[in-house]
Amino acid sequence: MSEALHMPQPALEDLIAMLWREGFKVLGPVARDGAVGFDEVRKVSDLAVAMRDTQEPGRYRLGQGAAGEIFGVVNGAFSLKPFFFAPEETLLEAKRERRGFKVSEVAPVAPPLAFIGVRACDLAALAVQDRIFLHDRFHDTHYQARRKDAFLVAVNCARSAPTCFCVSMKTGPEATTGFDLSLTELEQGFVTRSGSAAGEAIAAKLGLSAAGQNEVVSAKARIDGCAAGMQRGLDPTDLPRLLYAEAENPRWKDAASRCLSCTNCTMVCPTCFCHAVVDQEELDGNMSRRVRKWDSCFSLEHAHIHGINFRPKIENRYRQWLTHKLAAWIDQFGTSGCVGCGRCITWCPVGIDLTAEVAAIRAHPVKR
Amino acid sequence: MKPRAAVFKFASCDGCQLQFLNAEDELLKLAGQVDFVYFPEARSRALEGPYDIAFVEGSITTPDDARRIIKVREESHYLATIGACATAGGIQALRNWADVEQYRRVTYPSPEFISTLSTSTPISEHVRVDCEVWGCPVDQHQLLAVVRSLLSKARPVLPAYSVCMDCKRRGNVCVVVARGAPCLGPVTRTGCGALCPAFNRGCYGCFGPADDQNMESFARLLASQGVTGDDAVRRLRGINGYVRPWRETADAIAADKK
Repeated sequence: MSEALHMPQPALEDLIAMLWREGFKVLGPVARDGAVGFDEVRKVSDLAVAMRDTQEPGRYRLGQGAAGEIFGVVNGAFSLKPFFFAPEETLLEAKRERRGFKVSEVAPVAPPLAFIGVRACDLAALAVQDRIFLHDRFHDTHYQARRKDAFLVAVNCARSAPTCFCVSMKTGPEATTGFDLSLTELEQGFVTRSGSAAGEAIAAKLGLSAAGQNEVVSAKARIDGCAAGMQRGLDPTDLPRLLYAEAENPRWKDAASRCLSCTNCTMVCPTCFCHAVVDQEELDGNMSRRVRKWDSCFSLEHAHIHGINFRPKIENRYRQWLTHKLAAWIDQFGTSGCVGCGRCITWCPVGIDLTAEVAAIRAHPVKR
Repeated sequence: MKPRAAVFKFASCDGCQLQFLNAEDELLKLAGQVDFVYFPEARSRALEGPYDIAFVEGSITTPDDARRIIKVREESHYLATIGACATAGGIQALRNWADVEQYRRVTYPSPEFISTLSTSTPISEHVRVDCEVWGCPVDQHQLLAVVRSLLSKARPVLPAYSVCMDCKRRGNVCVVVARGAPCLGPVTRTGCGALCPAFNRGCYGCFGPADDQNMESFARLLASQGVTGDDAVRRLRGINGYVRPWRETADAIAADKK
């Protein structure tokens, strides 16, 4: 890990201004409509300063936080996902010509983005999405165009929401990789570290001095305290085997009796990558756009193939989602699809908690 | 040859057929592709059938209309219902739970001239329907997409998943979770682009039920938000109140209260 530097609070203002000057569009956690979300920030006061989130299954409230605290809110409904894997975008256009038609790719419009205040879970999720969209020979050019120049300023968590379980997923609360700069907020300023050459260059321009030993200790104590205080956990032991074996566990039906199949969990999940590709024709039939949109395994159409729907019931779909996320994902990508951000718990309108579902299946297996 | 299209009106407010005329940017293209030979709201010249495509707006509320829809079906190769009234019975289906005879006597000075049915029912209860376009009113883009599909001889495909999916694609903060607002979004079919939640209001269910939904759980969610009894019934018996999953849930809540 790189050297710990001391960043006084005013230097955060400088950092934001510097990133704008470097050509980035700078985004950070901003309060909007009762939650935080990544939105444009020009100055520190644009951020959700002195605010705190209260989260529980199916409930999120934003309230007053500690005076002067800049990163008091753990997270909001949206991760980095929408910024790299667009909710809806045109991939190509086909235009009718005198004979036949001409297909042209639509290049994504992608100004370089800088994010301030990214949590360790969301960095881990980004690594999962990178694995999906940029693996090996096959690169998703649209994802890549947005992703390649992104500058990421992580914030280590000093508190967790009751829905967080990153410790059990080994993704947080401290950002250890995948960032350009990381910050740990203290009473007076931040302890910052660079995680890339780009981060190092920016840190050098900011002219930061080395952090004092007591600051380093205090930063570590905050992160450790956050980890120790985390209330939720998901036991990952032998999960793939358990979930495959328990395909007929009655708990799936039980979860389905609560599940609205509304798709919210998959939409807010920072790793869910399912999408639909649809053709949208112009009315005169002379042009057609091929559009990619976020999709969800909770919609009935998602499992509709020629002549049959192979996941007709909600219990089929809930099982599909959870088993893919926590088990098949590992076979497929070598990593779990879950990073423990807890969004699917908070933003489920009826508060279904995947950690509780897994625990229930583990506690009452039908197969031994 | 351009296909011959007709737009028929039954018990409705005309808002759905107006979506054709409101498609201002597309209107010339539309007229270039389709010949609206019967569309009283748009042109005074009305030609006889048969029609290639019939767009039917409104529900069946009178004995005359119950006969007329059969003739429309006979004259039309393809029949699409447009809007909540034609597809689900509409807001006027509230009469299905009321005493229509009493309404008639109270409302009209000469009730003997009013010939009406005791129910408002969707077109599909009377004739075979080839395509249902939901909404109150229908979404113009969906309407034109149906036209385009038919021109291409393709089966129109309209999304049937929940409003939540479009709500999240749009980047809205969930009004249920962040504000505790009652919202029909989780059980409602998309089509509006999550319009109301984008303005911080719960969904009213204008597009009817999503293709699969869990109404028992949804009723419990409403109850947990303090929406019970008459309040819950009124929310479900709105624009699409007579459509089966919502009707049955509202009826069950109403029966529970008694």
